[in-house]
Amino acid sequence: MSGPSNYQPTSAFGKWMHERLPIYAFVKETALDFPTPKNLNYWFTFGGILAVMLVVQIITGIVLVMHYTPQTDMAFSSVEHIMRDVNYGWMLRYMHMNGASMFFIAVYIHMFRGMYYGSYKAPREVLWMIGVIIYLIMMATAFMGYVLPWGQMSFWGAKVITNLFSAIPFVGDTVTTWLWGGYSVDNPTLNRFFSLHYLLPFVLAGVVFLHIWALHVPGNNNPTGISVKGPQDTVPFHPYYTMKDGFAILVFFIFYGIFVFYGPNYMGDAVNYVPANPLVTPAHIKPEWYYLPFYAILRAVPDKLLGVIAMFSSILILLALPWLDTSRVRSGNYRPIFRGFFWVFAIVCVALGYIGSKPPEGSYVLWGRILAFYYFFHFIVILPLVGLLESPKPLPSSISDDVLAKRKPMLAPAE
Amino acid sequence: MKKKLSLLVAGLVAFAVPAKAAEEGTPAKGISYSFEGPFGTFDRAQLQRGYKVYKEVCSGCHSMKYVAFRNLSDKGGPAFTVEQTKALAATFTVKDGPDKDGNMFDRPGLPSDYFPSPFPNPEAAAAANGGAIPPDLSLITKAREGWHGTFNQLVNGIGGPQYVYSLITGYSEPDEALKKEQPEGKYYNKYFASGHWISMPPPLADGQVTFDDGAPNTLDDMARDVSAYLAWTAEPKMEERKQTGFMVLIYLAVLAGLMYFVKKRVWSDLH
Amino acid sequence: MRLVSTAVHADVNRRDFLMVATGAVAGVGAALVAWPFISQMNPDASVLALSSVEVDLAPIAEGQSIIIKWRGNPLIIRHRSQADIDTAKAVKVSDLLDNNPRNANAKGNDGATDANRVVDGKEQFLVMLGVCTHLGCVPQGDLGDYGVVTGNATTGGWLCPCHGSQYDTAGRVRRGPAPENLPVPPYVYLTDTKIRVG
Repeated sequence: MSGPSNYQPTSAFGKWMHERLPIYAFVKETALDFPTPKNLNYWFTFGGILAVMLVVQIITGIVLVMHYTPQTDMAFSSVEHIMRDVNYGWMLRYMHMNGASMFFIAVYIHMFRGMYYGSYKAPREVLWMIGVIIYLIMMATAFMGYVLPWGQMSFWGAKVITNLFSAIPFVGDTVTTWLWGGYSVDNPTLNRFFSLHYLLPFVLAGVVFLHIWALHVPGNNNPTGISVKGPQDTVPFHPYYTMKDGFAILVFFIFYGIFVFYGPNYMGDAVNYVPANPLVTPAHIKPEWYYLPFYAILRAVPDKLLGVIAMFSSILILLALPWLDTSRVRSGNYRPIFRGFFWVFAIVCVALGYIGSKPPEGSYVLWGRILAFYYFFHFIVILPLVGLLESPKPLPSSISDDVLAKRKPMLAPAE
Repeated sequence: MKKKLSLLVAGLVAFAVPAKAAEEGTPAKGISYSFEGPFGTFDRAQLQRGYKVYKEVCSGCHSMKYVAFRNLSDKGGPAFTVEQTKALAATFTVKDGPDKDGNMFDRPGLPSDYFPSPFPNPEAAAAANGGAIPPDLSLITKAREGWHGTFNQLVNGIGGPQYVYSLITGYSEPDEALKKEQPEGKYYNKYFASGHWISMPPPLADGQVTFDDGAPNTLDDMARDVSAYLAWTAEPKMEERKQTGFMVLIYLAVLAGLMYFVKKRVWSDLH
Repeated sequence: MRLVSTAVHADVNRRDFLMVATGAVAGVGAALVAWPFISQMNPDASVLALSSVEVDLAPIAEGQSIIIKWRGNPLIIRHRSQADIDTAKAVKVSDLLDNNPRNANAKGNDGATDANRVVDGKEQFLVMLGVCTHLGCVPQGDLGDYGVVTGNATTGGWLCPCHGSQYDTAGRVRRGPAPENLPVPPYVYLTDTKIRVG
């Protein structure tokens, strides 16, 4: 990842180890001493928060598997067994369940931060695209995890989402049957979802490694969007950002803890406390909150195949974002018109989420269509045009100058 | 088999029919309970009374299969003593076996047993109840919402216990127009989540259960007691959860505070 | 000069204190948060509740053994013959490999005599776990050199098939590698012929 090390171990053991496996030198150079722009704000702490949340989810998940049974007759009751009998089982399960929501809250902030500060622009296109892949894997993982408790919404969510694949021309039904391992969502489906739900987080960890690698080549973006020009613009990652991220993680944990301990089922759906029943669909099916904007886009299109295409396109279009935005300036701070559209887009995404949570009737249908249209309009028309037409504000000459300019004049301490 | 299946389908359909009406049902009555709020705890005496209502009335049709008798003496629950729990368990008949001749046999319940179901299978439950299967009550207050709205639920909870309370006390005569469409064997209850026609007859009446502690036993009181009891069966670790949460949040706040100053100090030599 | 140096020192000390305090608080938290993840592997509430079983002894004929499952392990109940009992009683305590009765019902340890392995007045019923104290295999009955030998047949006595440990008619280890007598679980007589184990 980086050039030859100039690290010289001091202890005898350190020397012995360094000649065989220079792991400390590697960690020191790639993590501890990594030069990081000194003007990162708290929106830039969500990458670290996400890494911690992935670890929390993997650890609580491994522990839950020790008590869970992936079998249709027993899945629901094994979750209740965890909640009622297993020592601290209720806590582990609520941590995992709310951890998924926290993971998505953090990832959405992380993504919108990247969009605002233009973190997807050259030379960080690959970093951004790997991020989109991480997001897709996250969505698949969370979806399969939601199926495991085998409640009503688990079952019907699985059925509806897997049925999306039946929209594929010619082979749709074959693919769906293959996904199910039968003629409906049933025990084989639950078993394979369980297997994949256990596998994917480790795949995710691997892709996160690539994400961090791709971050370390060009280095971090920063709120000004301008590139690092020299050592005066950076600080070592440790202790500056380990401590800053550490503080942010603790604040995030407080937010997380409030839900785990005082509103553990708020983000969930009450119907999922009814065991799965393949013969009765709940009155009102809706996915977990983090899928709602995409669910709204799916429903906005009256055609089955086109709806599915629209939904997947709405995520995949993010892969093209580095080339859709034509502006040479990265940060939204210096792009007044872009900034306005950015906030409109953010509001549209939230509104799509709201529409996704409502039944598809009345004015919700019309609004869903308008907003879904705008979602794509933002990427395909607004971003390229704004980049060409807008005249950005003057950029500071360097990160260091920007930091100095923002600081209030201070009296020199008396010596 | 086919007959069995069609019976089941009929039962389930009858039970869960009206998807549409569920949407904007009448919100449950907003009564309050002792266990609400970040420091709320269950009222032990109320849970004990609620248990008695469940045992004497509800358990005739409704199972409670995720709850064991031993839970009745668990911390944070109705706080029956271990001896009381043994005696309460023994009042239920539990199927056990096979014995050495291969036969199943009945015996009195033990604390380690789970509440026995009143019907051997869903088909029998449907057949005995005009096609509708009485739902298991272990999780009912977490599985039903008393009201809707993202913000409303954030502030007031989902209103599960209130839903149960409102349902039990919410039977009324339908007006003339509605009466014409009253299905056979159904009762009018505007709080019922799946349409307004419910298969369950009004389950409780004033004075139906007599409490040992001499607490009032009007319909309203008993509905409060049994809904509180069902809130406990759905979330038996609620008190432990809130107490642990309090400690965890205090700890996180202290550490975050310290961390803030560490961060400030580390950054201070840069400026 | 001196003032400056003190000021620098004070600053360093304050920083050290803040760092140490934060590190200590974080360390204590990490230790505490580990506990739920460890504790979840302990027997859960439903396992702890299922720990007793009632057994009717009446159908067990003299000289016959039954094996039932208790807490996931085989429980041996043998209706001993008078010869079994006499053989066990004849053994000198000093010849035993393990002179601890290994009886959960016995108070104190006053030697692994036959009487200390069973309930007074119910000497004919030997109740013990069929789990070899060496590495946990199930010893097979009516085998080995320490049963009652009549002609070619051996009755009473147990031989572990895994590594050859042998137990006598009171379930006491007589030949290694097993280090201990077969353990007697806690049990009480509910009626004359009925016991509750656990």
